[in-house]
Amino acid sequence: MLITIASGKGGTGKTTIAVNLALIIKEMLPVMLLDCDVEEPNAHLFLQPSFTQHRGVFTTVPKVDETKCDGCGRCSSFCAYGAIAIVEKQPIIFPELCHSCGGCSLVCPTEAITEIPRKIGSVETGAGKGIQITKGSLAIGSPLAPVVVNAVRDTAPANHRGRVVIIDASPGTSCSVVAAVQNTDFCLLVTEPTPFGLHDLALAVELATKLQLPYGVVINRSGLGDSGVYDYCSEARIPILMEIPFDTRYASCYAKGGLLVEAFPDLKEQFHNLWDRIRDRLASDKPPYAWG
Amino acid sequence: MQELLIISGKGGTGKTSITAGFAALARNIVIADCDVDAANLHMLLRPVTYHTEGFIGSQKAEIDPHKCTNCRTCEEHCRFDAIKILNAHSVVIAMACEGCGVCRLVCPEGAVTLEDHMSGHLFLSDTRYGPLVHARLGIAEENSGKLVAKVRENARLIAETQDSDYIIIDGPPGTGCPVISSSSGVDLALIVTEPTVAGLHDLKRVHRLIDHFAVPAMVCINKWDLDKEYAEEIETYCRHHKIELAGRIPFDRGVVSALAKGLPAVDYEIAGAPQLAGAGHAIQHVWQAVLHRLSSLSA
Repeated sequence: MLITIASGKGGTGKTTIAVNLALIIKEMLPVMLLDCDVEEPNAHLFLQPSFTQHRGVFTTVPKVDETKCDGCGRCSSFCAYGAIAIVEKQPIIFPELCHSCGGCSLVCPTEAITEIPRKIGSVETGAGKGIQITKGSLAIGSPLAPVVVNAVRDTAPANHRGRVVIIDASPGTSCSVVAAVQNTDFCLLVTEPTPFGLHDLALAVELATKLQLPYGVVINRSGLGDSGVYDYCSEARIPILMEIPFDTRYASCYAKGGLLVEAFPDLKEQFHNLWDRIRDRLASDKPPYAWG
Repeated sequence: MQELLIISGKGGTGKTSITAGFAALARNIVIADCDVDAANLHMLLRPVTYHTEGFIGSQKAEIDPHKCTNCRTCEEHCRFDAIKILNAHSVVIAMACEGCGVCRLVCPEGAVTLEDHMSGHLFLSDTRYGPLVHARLGIAEENSGKLVAKVRENARLIAETQDSDYIIIDGPPGTGCPVISSSSGVDLALIVTEPTVAGLHDLKRVHRLIDHFAVPAMVCINKWDLDKEYAEEIETYCRHHKIELAGRIPFDRGVVSALAKGLPAVDYEIAGAPQLAGAGHAIQHVWQAVLHRLSSLSA
């Protein structure tokens, strides 16, 4: 089973939910956690894994053989991303803009273009607290987060029967979130009860609906804001699967990289209930994303 | 005219609340919301939009089923797995297509065309603090960096016409494509962090990014009193890396109350809420530190 933890707004507690839920499920089933927030991966700070494997994530970028290039400029006019410019009949490559489509080498009439690998990030795998974890990191200055997200997801076994794979996504609703969320079984949307939280939850709900994924909501820091998120969920018949009250003790535990389910027995029970509710939602024969 | 970027790496550290505070305190500014993926600034600035335009982020391939002979050459060459066989016909999966045009190039029947794809909207608005340029990227769309560039281009045009002193940019979280697009060529980046293990970790990554683009940086620690030990660790990191500390902002429930009323924390405080002695006041201090740095950078 693949469960994604997502949120429109950043900083609502995705990683907190991901690592603590993983620790609870681990008591019953093998768990793997994929940290797909490759721009700012944080799950390892809480699980403290020892990474045993490390590999680079690469894309391909063009390389021009200047002895063959006659400066015709067809590569530059073909490139939809502006990754090749011709200055004084010499091609200049901007590798960070390249999408690796391979079009430039296809249009080149003199076969002057080959493709070479370019490192855009890395993937590390290991285990911490009895949980297998994969961490993806986008190289600083590289824009291609979705490619690294896909590389992280590729480290999970294709057949995940009998195990639970938890995916920690990045905030937002754009292409890198889609890469993390698509083709999973359930989406937990983490929010906070503030107007910003509500606004961005609505975007996350739109995303889950567009991808036809069943979903439920977790409200973090409840008691801190207003009733907007509750009214929205009740009107749209979206189930609230858990609430974590705002408590400076929880905030301080999180700040130090602590684990809520280890420090607070009452929260441990709450996370157990959350897992039960997710399984109930998935076991029900209702069509996906219809809760009524 | 100078451009100030407010950025954080980690989400939810308070970028937007602080940006809105600056907007309320500053004079003669243009405001740009570059968090095009989950824009929130408008909720505090309550803009009146006078111009909306569609954003063509890319093109998408389309296959004419009458010309297609199902030779599957396009599918072979597509690196994005965007062409699939559906009911015995090659079709483009729009969400996967990146508009590169290779399929059109290789199609022997001329059955492929590339069509403009509208992936979001750009808005020009007025607020009580000055003009606001903001945008909304569609759900599950790409090319957020390009939309950010468009927001900044429009903000610069307005700033030049009105002879504004500053453009204040609310940046997106992370370090990826929209963040890179938000950072290029700004005069100063204020990194908003929080005193947590994740806040410090993400501060380091985003600072490396800012440094990579040779942009001067300052740091401000929001909710600093939630964990004074980590706040101290962040300050040590800043000293080691010679990053100027712009200030500390205390955790203050009033920021959320102000947000619920659609007001920046500084305005809420001015409106006279005695319980709010904290954040709004601190944001004023941070703004003064930022102004001071901006003026020394322009000297």
